[in-house]
Amino acid sequence: MKHAMQVTVTTRTRASTVAGSVALGLIGLGLILPAFASRSLIQDLFFILTMLTLAQLWNLIAGYGGMVSVGQQAFVGIGAYAMFAGVILLGWDPVFAILLGGIAAFLLAIPMAFFAFRLQGAYFAIGTWVIAEVTRLIIAQWKTLGGGTGTSLPREATADIIGVATIANLFDLRDAAARDVLAYWLALALAVGTMAAIYALLRSRNGLALAALRDNDNAARSVGVDAGRLKWLVFLAAAAMTGLVGALIYMQTARISPDAAFSVTSWTAYVIFIVVIGGIGRLEGPILGVLVFWGLQTAFSDYGSWYLLALGLIAIAVMLFARGGFGA
Amino acid sequence: MLETHSLTASYGQFKALFGIDITVAPGECVAIIGANGAGKTTLLRSISGVLRNAPGMVVHKGTPIGTLPADAVVQRGIAMVPEGRKLFPSLSVEENLLIGGQVRRGDARWTLETVYALFPILKERRLSPATALSGGQQQMVAIGRALMSNPELLLCDEISLGLAPVVIRDIYAALPRIRETGAAVVIVEQDITRALAVADRVYCLMEGRVTLTGPTASTTRDAVHAAYFGDAA
Amino acid sequence: MIWLDTLVQGLLLGGLYALFAAGLSLVFGIMRLVNLAHGDLIVLAAFVVLVVVEATGLNPFLSALIAAPALFAFGWALQWFVFNRVLGKDILPPLLVTFGLSIALQNGMLEVFSADSQRIRVGALESASVDLGLVTVGIMPLLTFASAVAVIFTLNQIFYRTALGRAFRATSDDPVTASLMGINPRSVFAVATGLAMVIVTIAALYLGMRSNFDPSIGPARLIFAFEAVIIGALARFGAR
Ligand SMILES: Nc1ncnc2c1ncn2[C@@H]1O[C@H](COP(=O)(O)OP(=O)(O)OP(=O)(O)O)[C@@H](O)[C@H]1O
Ligand SMILES: [Mg+2]
Repeated sequence: MKHAMQVTVTTRTRASTVAGSVALGLIGLGLILPAFASRSLIQDLFFILTMLTLAQLWNLIAGYGGMVSVGQQAFVGIGAYAMFAGVILLGWDPVFAILLGGIAAFLLAIPMAFFAFRLQGAYFAIGTWVIAEVTRLIIAQWKTLGGGTGTSLPREATADIIGVATIANLFDLRDAAARDVLAYWLALALAVGTMAAIYALLRSRNGLALAALRDNDNAARSVGVDAGRLKWLVFLAAAAMTGLVGALIYMQTARISPDAAFSVTSWTAYVIFIVVIGGIGRLEGPILGVLVFWGLQTAFSDYGSWYLLALGLIAIAVMLFARGGFGA
Repeated sequence: MLETHSLTASYGQFKALFGIDITVAPGECVAIIGANGAGKTTLLRSISGVLRNAPGMVVHKGTPIGTLPADAVVQRGIAMVPEGRKLFPSLSVEENLLIGGQVRRGDARWTLETVYALFPILKERRLSPATALSGGQQQMVAIGRALMSNPELLLCDEISLGLAPVVIRDIYAALPRIRETGAAVVIVEQDITRALAVADRVYCLMEGRVTLTGPTASTTRDAVHAAYFGDAA
Repeated sequence: MIWLDTLVQGLLLGGLYALFAAGLSLVFGIMRLVNLAHGDLIVLAAFVVLVVVEATGLNPFLSALIAAPALFAFGWALQWFVFNRVLGKDILPPLLVTFGLSIALQNGMLEVFSADSQRIRVGALESASVDLGLVTVGIMPLLTFASAVAVIFTLNQIFYRTALGRAFRATSDDPVTASLMGINPRSVFAVATGLAMVIVTIAALYLGMRSNFDPSIGPARLIFAFEAVIIGALARFGAR
C-alpha cells in the first residue's frame, strides 16, 4: 500500500480511497469484535489502542511540532488521578470522570507550556520531565487518594458503571469482562478520533505551518502563521487527549499509584520507542511501531530489565542506522 | 600544485558546479571572478574540504584529496580565509590568530610577531574580542589567522566584501608580502579591475562553469565582460 | 543564627548540585547536546568507584583517581561512536539517543548491580565535622563544596588558558570554521565528553559517599543538575 502511494498522483487518490475503505472496514470490525473475541484478546487490543493513541499524540507534538517532551507521564498521571478524584470524592460514574482527566491534563499543560516554551531547544525536554516529577511528588502527598502507595476504585463505583450491564446482557458476559469491553470501545473511539483529528490537522493549512514550525520558526512566521499560538494549541490539545487516555487506562486497571501513573518508562519511554521504531513524523509510524512493540512486550517482557535494556539499545540503534524507523 | 578535475558540487538537489577544471602552480596568484551565485565560494569550499567530493576531483601535489575533511586539508598546507570572515566571537584577536596556528607546518614563516608586523593595528587590539573590531580589522584577523598555519596555498574568498575603498587598498597591500614567502594565492573577487591587477591568471565562472581562462596580461576587459555576463559577444 | 546555619548548609549542598551540573553544562556549552542520560552516568560512575574500592580495598578518593581515566575513555567512546553520529540541526535524534541510553543504563545497572542500595564507605570522615565558630559544618559537605569550586576553577582555566580551551570555544562558536583551522570538531567533542565524565566521576564520588544510591536514582540527579543549570543561568542574567 505504501508503495502504491508513491507511484503517481492518480494512483495515490485511488490508493487513499482503498486505504480509507480498509480503515473503515477495520473500525467496523473493531466495533463488533467483542461479540466473538476472547477476553484476553480484548485486553491486548485495549493495551495496543491506548499505547497507539499516546504514540500518535507524542508523534504530533514531537515528530510534527518539534516539541520533544519527555514529560507525557505528567498528563497520563494527572488524568488518571483526576478520574479517581471524580469517582472517589465526587461520586461520579467512572466513564464521566474520564472527562475530568482530560480537563485536569489541559489545566496542567498551561503552566507547563508557559514554563517549558521558555526553554531553548533541548532543555525543553528536561523541563517537561522536571514538571512531571514535581507533579508526581505533589500528588503523592494527596492522602485521600492514597498518598504514595495509591488506592483502588471502590467496588460500588466499578459495579455499576454506565453501560456495563447492557454489554453484559448483550454478549452474555460477566461484569468484569463487560467492563473490559466498555474500556476497549472507549479506547477504540479515542484512537480513531485522535488519528482522524491529526490527519485532518495535517491536511489543513495549519499542518503545513506545523512542519514549518518544526524546521524553522522564522519560516513559519513568514508563511503568515502565528507560530507561538499554533505551538500552544497543539501542545494543549495533545495534553488533554493524553489525560483522557490516562484516565481510561486507570479506569480499566481500577488501581492507581503515583509511581505507576507517573512512570516515565511506561508513558514516555515506551511511547517514544513505538514512534521511533515505526518512523517518526509519519501518521502510519506509530501503527507499525505499536505492533512491533506489542510483539516484543508479549514475547520478552518477562525478562524484566534485560528487556528494557534491549529496548533502549534498539532505540539507539534505530536512530544511528535507520533514522526513519523500520517503516521507512 | 593543485588541480581540480571535472569538479562537481551540489547542495541537496541543487547542482552548483558542473565540472570545473582549474590548476594553481606554486607561488602563483590566481583570481576567480564571476557574478553573484556563480559558484566561486562553492569552489573554494570544495577545495578546502568543507564540501566533500569524489577523491580525484581535487588533487594536491599528485595526491587525491577530494574526500579529505577540512582539518586534514589544512594540515596539507591549504588554508582558507572564508567568505564573511567567520571570526570566532568567543575568542580575542590574539586567540583567533593562535587558533589558526594550531596546526603549524614546517618552518615558522608566520608567527604572531610577523602577522602583527604585517597588520600593526592588530597588535594594539590583540586583547579585544575579535568581533569588536571594524570590518577591515576583522578581515586582517581573518587573513592573519589563515597565515598562521604557514600555508603553501592561501584561498581568499572576497576579502574586500563590504569594505571601504581605502581599507581595501590597505588589505591588498599585504598581498605582495604574503607572496614573498612563496605561497600561492587564490583570490575570489567581485572587483574585476582589482582582480586583473593583482593576479597572474584569471578564471571566470558563470553558473557553475568556467567561461574564461587565461593570463591576466592578455585578457581584455571585453572578454571578461562577455564571460561574466554570458552575452555571446 | 539559624538562618546563617541554613544558609551555610544550603550553600554546601549546592556544591554537590554544582558538580552534577558542571558536566551537563560543559557538554551543552560545546556541542548543544543535552544529555538525558547524565544522571544515569553519574550513578554508573558511582558504581565504578564502588567496584574499584571493593576490588582494591583502596580509599575512595584514590579509587576515583583510578576510575577517572576509564570513565574518560568511556565518555570519549560514547561521543565518538554514538553521539557524534546524531548531532546536527535536528535536536530530536540526540535527545532520543540519550533517552534510550538512560533507559538502557538504568536497566543494565539493575541487572549487574541489583536494585539494592549501595554506599561508598569512608569511615570516620562520614560523620566528622568542624566548628567554624558561628556554625558547625560537616567535613563531607565542606569537601564537596571545595571540590566543586576546584572543578569549576579548573574548567575555567582550561577554557581560557589552554589551546584545548581555545579549541572548545572555537568549535562551540562555529564547527565548520573551526575545521578550517585544522580542528576536528568530532574529536574536540569526544574530548569534551571524556572530560565531562571525569567531572561526573568526582560528582559520583561525593554522591556515593554522602548518600545511598541505586540504579534508579539517575533521572532525579539529572533533574537536580538541570535545576542548578537554570539557577546558574538566571544568576548570570541577573548579573548582566
Ligand atoms: N548552503 C547552500 N545551500 C543551498 N544552495 C547554496 C548554498 N550555498 C550556495 N548555494 C547556491 O549555490 C550557488 C553558488 O553559490 P556560491 O556561494 O558558490 O556563489 P558565489 O559565486 O560565491 O556568489 P557570491 O558572489 O554571492 O558570493 C548559488 O546559486 C547559491 O544559491
Ligand atoms: Mg561567494
